[in-house]
Amino acid sequence: MKTKPKLVRISIIGLGNVGRGVAEVIRRKQEEITRKYGINLKIVGVADLPGAVVDENGLSEDAIRKFKSGETAEDMTTLDMIKDVEHEIVVETTPTNVENGEPGLTHINTALESDRHVVTSNKGPLALQYGKLMDLAASRGKELKFEASVGGAMPIISLVNDNLAGNGIISIKGILNGTCNYILTRMREEKLPYEHVLKEAQERGIAETDPSNDVAGRDTAVKLVILANSIFDRNVSYKDVEVSGITGITSEALKLADDAGYVIKLIGEVDGGSSGECLKVAPRLVPKDDPLNVEGTLNVATIKTDLAGDITVIGKGAGPIEAASAILSDIIGIYAF
Amino acid sequence: MKISMDIELTDIPGQLVLALKPVSDLGGNILSVLHQRDKKTPSGRIPVQLTLEIEEQGLDRLVERLKERDVNVVRIGKERLKESMMVLLIGHIVHTDLGETIDSIDSTGFAEVVELSLSMPGVDKKSSASVTLSAIGKEELKEALNILERTVSKKGIMIISSI
Ligand SMILES: NC(=O)c1ccc[n+]([C@@H]2O[C@H](COP(=O)([O-])OP(=O)(O)OC[C@H]3O[C@@H](n4cnc5c(N)ncnc54)[C@H](OP(=O)(O)O)[C@@H]3O)[C@@H](O)[C@H]2O)c1
Repeated sequence: MKTKPKLVRISIIGLGNVGRGVAEVIRRKQEEITRKYGINLKIVGVADLPGAVVDENGLSEDAIRKFKSGETAEDMTTLDMIKDVEHEIVVETTPTNVENGEPGLTHINTALESDRHVVTSNKGPLALQYGKLMDLAASRGKELKFEASVGGAMPIISLVNDNLAGNGIISIKGILNGTCNYILTRMREEKLPYEHVLKEAQERGIAETDPSNDVAGRDTAVKLVILANSIFDRNVSYKDVEVSGITGITSEALKLADDAGYVIKLIGEVDGGSSGECLKVAPRLVPKDDPLNVEGTLNVATIKTDLAGDITVIGKGAGPIEAASAILSDIIGIYAF
Repeated sequence: MKISMDIELTDIPGQLVLALKPVSDLGGNILSVLHQRDKKTPSGRIPVQLTLEIEEQGLDRLVERLKERDVNVVRIGKERLKESMMVLLIGHIVHTDLGETIDSIDSTGFAEVVELSLSMPGVDKKSSASVTLSAIGKEELKEALNILERTVSKKGIMIISSI
């Protein structure tokens, strides 16, 4: 006898690459998810900068596209939608802002106060107010999940919290920014200077027009803060991270490293703090045969544990569908496990 | 093979030269001598710390010959500098007194710069260097890295250490 699938209504705030990716994967996977997990995902509202459109019967692909292109106007403000439209999960995918966390911070606070679960890829609010947000979620009995915010598709938060449950986590070291990894990989392969490769990366859409967040190590630092707070239970913010980036790396340095059996990677490192707390982003020498030596835009992390030893995960750190994959697994995780 | 050796000399002039001679006789090389005239052992001898390079086969004969010369060999530490690591430096390495940078490590007594390769693409461009540090133990190696980090950061040089 089959029970009726549970209806899970979702809103998506921020219809950019990731937000639209989420809408797409929900559409693609809808039947499979219902079959496997017994939940029926329905997008009942989407919001972008101008405001929100809603349909309690579910928004079609076409309706979302028309709203995004401006052919249809908004029905209400984003905050009204979060508060007043009946739904279970708010997916927050607006741009990361590490100065004040907005607009994501207000969206997430409002959603939790309205007793909705939140799944987000937005690093800003987590890097600034992790403790407060988790407390609020707990006091409401709601979930705040953020797998997509660190390492994109690469599982790390739930890997540690679920699959490695019971292990003491000693440290995490990894490459958490695909743009930097791409630049360093190309510099080494082609023996080209930094500026040249950066330009190439921008032309290929791998680096942003303003690449400073990535190449100065700030993006990695923000992700490290999320890991420090969520996995190591530390109470740190972005300003506590010791950061240096990759802009000063020369092709000669890469050659010297290569001659000695190393590559240079931008590594984020965080530990539990018992022996001299570490929270650091810096270019480091990585032995060529170390699992952290992954190429191109890949992300990787080695998790040092007390029982399981070293566990290394590798995956695509960016891309709308990849980030949406992490968001989808967070959504399913709220109901299925 | 690099070894360290603690010996004790009788307090008579000329003993140090006498003690060092067998090293060169056996084809070895003296790397450093720490001679502490003012410190004496309870038996009135003078302690000396040597670091030397010698073929492994020559070591036993060296100890014998030292004994023949009334030199006490109290400790032999093979591979004195047994922990090593490579770091990279990027910046104006030469023009910020490379000698002093290296000295900051060599003067510690527990660590040394044992290898350095330098790549200088152009006069006004930044140079890159790989530097191998060796130290007598893990803790000392860490401390040597800290010292190097402090020294080069004052000079605006970037340091890349191993994971
Ligand atoms: N791209 C990835 O691969 C990836 C991976 C992991 C995590 N993330 C994170 O996920 C988030 C989204 O990334 P993205 O690549 O999708 O960025 P994006 O393409 O810039 O999308 C952000 C969207 O949010 C909208 N927006 C801005 N302010 C808003 C507001 N006040 N209310 C509602 N919507 C608003 C933007 O509208 P306008 O375009 O009109 O400004 C845009 O459509 C970021 O926080 C990012 O750091 C991204």
